[in-house]
Order: sequence, then C-alpha cells, then structure tokens
Amino acid sequence: MQLKNKNKIRNIILSIILILIVNGILSFLQVNKSDYYYIISIIQRSLVFAVIACSMNLVIGFTGLFSLGQAGFMAIGAYVTAIFTIPIERRPNVYYINGINDYLANIYIPWPIALILGGLVAALFAFLIGMPVLKLKSDYLAIATLGFAEILRAVIASPMMDRITNGSFGLKNIPGFSNIIELTIISAICILIMILLVNSSYGRDFKAIREDEIAAEAMGINIFKMKQLSFVISSFFAGVGGGMFAMFIRSIDSKTFQVSLTYDILLMVVLGGIGSFTGSILGSFLVTASKELLRFFDEPFLLFGKIEVSLFRPGFRMVIFSILLMVVVLFFRKGIIGGKEFSWDKIINFFIKPNHKKKDEESI
Amino acid sequence: MNLSIILQHSLTGISLGGSYALIAIGYTLVYGILRLINFAHGDIFMMAGYFMIFSYSIFPWYIAILVTIVATIILGVVIEKSAYKPLRQSPKMSVMISAIGVSYLLQNLATYLFSALPREYPEIPGLKKIFHIGNIYASLVTFLTPVVTIVLVIFLLFLINKTKIGMSMRAVSKDYEAASLMGIKLNKTISFTFAIGSFLAAIGSILYFTDRMTVFPFSGSMPGLKCFVAAVFGGIGSIPGAVLGGFFLGIGETILIACGQSTFSDAFTFIVLIIMLLFKPTGLFGEKSIDKV
Repeated sequence: MQLKNKNKIRNIILSIILILIVNGILSFLQVNKSDYYYIISIIQRSLVFAVIACSMNLVIGFTGLFSLGQAGFMAIGAYVTAIFTIPIERRPNVYYINGINDYLANIYIPWPIALILGGLVAALFAFLIGMPVLKLKSDYLAIATLGFAEILRAVIASPMMDRITNGSFGLKNIPGFSNIIELTIISAICILIMILLVNSSYGRDFKAIREDEIAAEAMGINIFKMKQLSFVISSFFAGVGGGMFAMFIRSIDSKTFQVSLTYDILLMVVLGGIGSFTGSILGSFLVTASKELLRFFDEPFLLFGKIEVSLFRPGFRMVIFSILLMVVVLFFRKGIIGGKEFSWDKIINFFIKPNHKKKDEESI
Repeated sequence: MNLSIILQHSLTGISLGGSYALIAIGYTLVYGILRLINFAHGDIFMMAGYFMIFSYSIFPWYIAILVTIVATIILGVVIEKSAYKPLRQSPKMSVMISAIGVSYLLQNLATYLFSALPREYPEIPGLKKIFHIGNIYASLVTFLTPVVTIVLVIFLLFLINKTKIGMSMRAVSKDYEAASLMGIKLNKTISFTFAIGSFLAAIGSILYFTDRMTVFPFSGSMPGLKCFVAAVFGGIGSIPGAVLGGFFLGIGETILIACGQSTFSDAFTFIVLIIMLLFKPTGLFGEKSIDKV
C-alpha cells in the first residue's frame, strides 16, 4: 500500500515536471515565434489532429463502431466556429457575393464558446443521424456515415446555404490562435476528458460492446444508448477539433472536408494503434510532422548533385504514406505502440525491469 | 419539359445506370463471398481508365480494350492476394481498413504516376457517333451501354448458375467453412470472383469514361461509393438487384441534374442508402438466397 502511494506521488511529480518542460519548450517557441514559425505550425496542426484522431479512436477503437463520418462532424464544427468568430467588420468582405444572413450578421461569439458551440451542434447532428444509423452492422455503418459526411458537404456547398456558409466560396478571415499554449491547453483538456470517459464505467461499457455485443447486452448494458453516447461524444470532440482546424488554417470551404480527410485521420489512428489514445496522439504528431518533413520526396532529387532520381516527383510522399499504412495494417496490426497506454510505471519498469522481476520473485 | 426532353434524359440516365450496374456487380460479388466492402473497387475502375489511355496510345483500339481488361483483372487479383488474403482470419475492421488503405494507395499512386490533372480519355472510333431517333439525340455509347450491361449480366447469371466455378462461388458465399471442407478451393474461388468483378469494372470504365471524356485520380471514388449503394439498394449479394440498383441510381441522378439540382446529385445516392437501410436493410432482393453469390 505504501509502495503504491509512493509510486503515485512519484508519478504526479514526474507528470508535473513533464508539463513544465513542455510548457518551457512551448514558451520558448512562442517567444521566438518568427524564428520557429515552421515548427510551431507543425505542432499546432498535430495538436488539432490529435484531438480529432482521439475522437475517432473513441468510436472505432473503444466502442468498435466503424464510423467514417469524422470529416463531416469536423465540417460542422469548423463552419459554426468560423461563422461566429469572423470579425463583424470583415464579414461583408467574406460574403462579398451573396451577403450574410441578417440574423447572423451581428452575432459575434468569442472563440472558446464558439468552439464548444461547434462541438454541440456536431453532437446534435450525431444524435439525430445516430438514431437510424447506429442500428446498422459494421460495414453498413461505415458507408452510411461516409454518406452522411458527403451529404453534409453537398448541403454546405449548395446555393441554398449561400448566405450562411457562403456556398462553394468558403469562409476566410477566420481569426487564428494568438499563441500555441492556448491551443495546447485546449487539446489537452479535450483529450483528458476523453481519457477520463474511457476509464469511467461508461468506458468499460464501450469496451464490452467492442469485445462482444451480445455478451454485453446479456450483462445488462443498454447497447444502443451506449453506442449513441460514444458516437455523440466522439462527434462533439470532432466538432471542437474541426473548429480548431478552422482556426488553424484560417480559411475553409466544403472541399476541405472530403473523404480523404477522414482517411488521413484513420491513418493516424491505425498507425498509432487502434484502441490507444497515446497511440492516436503519437500517430497524429508522426503523420503531420513527417508529412511536412518528407516534402523533399516531392521535389526533384539529385544524386551526388548530378544524377536526377526520377522517383522523386510530386505525390511521392503520399505514396509512401499509403504504403506505410498498408504495411501497418498487414504486418503490425496493433500499430506502433500496440494498443497500450502511456504510464510512468510502465516506462520506469521498462528501464529497471530486470531488478524488479527478481524482487517480485523473492517476495513470492 | 416536353416528352422528347424527358426521353432524352431517361436515355442518359439508363446509360449511366448501365455503367453503375456493372461496377455494382463487382461489389455485390465480393461482398457476397468475403462480407467485405471492397473500398478499392472504385479505384480499380479508375485505374482501368488510365490503362485504357496508355494502351490506346500504343495499340489499335480492339487490342487496347483487351489489354485494359487483362491489366484490370491482374490488378484486382493482385490486390486480393496481397491486401485481403493475409487478413482472412482477422477481425472485419482490419480488413476494411486494409481495403481503405488500398483505395488510398491507388489514388495516391495514380496522382504520383499520372499527375492530378485530368487526362483526356481516348475515343474509340464510332462510339461517339451521334444518332438521332425522332427528336432524341445520343451517341452510340449511350445506346450501347444498357445493351452491353444486359448481355454481360445474362452471361454472368449463366456462369454462376450453371457452371462448376459458379457453383463453388455460391457455395463459398453460403458457408465459407463448410465449402472449404467440401473440397472447394477457397483461394481460387475468391480470386476468380475478384477477376470477374475487375473484368466488369474494366468494361464499365470504358463505357463510363467514353461518355465523361476525362480521367483523374479521384474519378473512381464517387462512382465507387454510389455503386456500393446501388448494390445495397438491390440487396447485397444479388446480381439482378445490383443491376436494378445501378439503373435506379443512374436515372435518379440524371433526373436531379435535369431539374437543376446538380449539387444534390451525389447526396441523393446517400439519402437513398439511408432510407433503404431504415426500411428494408436487406435491399430489394436481399432475401432471395438463390441469387446470392
């Protein structure tokens, strides 16, 4: 018991140290913003995608629902956030063709509330779409959610929505995050809530449904309600993530949220390991960073400064990513960290494992 | 809107539906056997378009068609062997992710190899010749597509109902394990199914792209999803169902475009899907197990 407490205190101290280190690094980057602009943008993008990847993992990895509607929910969150946070005086500029809806024209909401509102609207849509769709079996569910995302995209771009979403012209002038620490805190809060949810009794229900639906039902779990809950919460965070994404890229249109965006997020989730938040966070950082850093694949490459390697052409980077995804799917089915979660105990045990084992044996 | 315009649009719709039907059969066959949405099928269809472009630049049109068909069949079978076969025993979700991965790979590969810009689709001599009956104008391909579709479907139904390989396909789709215990070679049957699916996708691609005139790396993804919906609409596993679904979606979409609602032509498909799944999840012919493949 005493040992347990000691470990707990140690873990808290280690976590605080880690947070301080991260904070220090981020502050350093923030202060020297102009020098590290590129790195900051990579970190921001990764943080946004970390939230979205975790939200996707919540449905796919923890509840076993193969939902491919993430891009659609992101679109809802992004549009809601964008519509309410574009500064009022710049709105005529954005809606220069059809003008803005009279009711919306003068409503301005500060971005943190707009983000939550975006999440709530996404969650509401998820609730409505979930009622019919969640009764379907796995592959029908996938195609129905994918279809939903496509319908939504068509609706956003349709002429009827011109005065709200600016139709196919998209929205621009969306205010961005003023500094990287803000964004980090929001992502951390979102991910933390999801982690707490999964570790709660609801989370255990989700996992029971994932493992065996019939057994879970026999144990008295209200399957439909739990599926609905997981789907709605996941969509809420996808919506918040979408809003953050809109604030990160500053301008959005309906083409931003194509099916390929969902596939990109799926790549992060699968690469990091299905059913592990640590994996999703790692996956989103890895994919985002390498997408940027591997840009040289897309540029002509001269071997020894003379011979041009014809392999290096625009698009090569994405081919490598797709092959990577296939390799992970076929050979490393559990992703890079194999479905495990981050914990200090595991890391410390990893380093001093041999001693620990001996002690355990002696005590037995 | 007078009668001739309506007839004109229905003809276009039927023609589009014909190519949809051919692709939808590919989905229905594979789903019937592996219980897997072959997300890559639409991209196989897109690759067939590129194969045609390149073979046409080398060979005369009749050999080019043959080369396209053979190359597409090889592609389909290779995908099955490399991406789906290793995952036979794993959970369904892994296979689906693998299918999405293949689709992602083919799209990116096409972007890399052929660039993202649309390429002009070659014109097979005579296919674009304009005919007119009364006030209705249409190219030969528009008339030809439904005919080719019907002929191929009759041929396919014969293959599945009367031949030995067709019988083993039906057996595998009924019960996977029992079929293999009865001495049916699973891998051979599955590969054959993929070969047929790819063959139909190649024919469908020639008919579809001759009408559309350009191919680009993402031109397969939307038709692919729509054709899956067509297969679900008709009852997955049923060939006549897939054909009917293909025609239904093709005509419905054309009518929507004719009414000036082209933004919703894609959404229409998915609305059909959701309504269908709500009221009759088995599709139109889903319950008839005789048609199952």
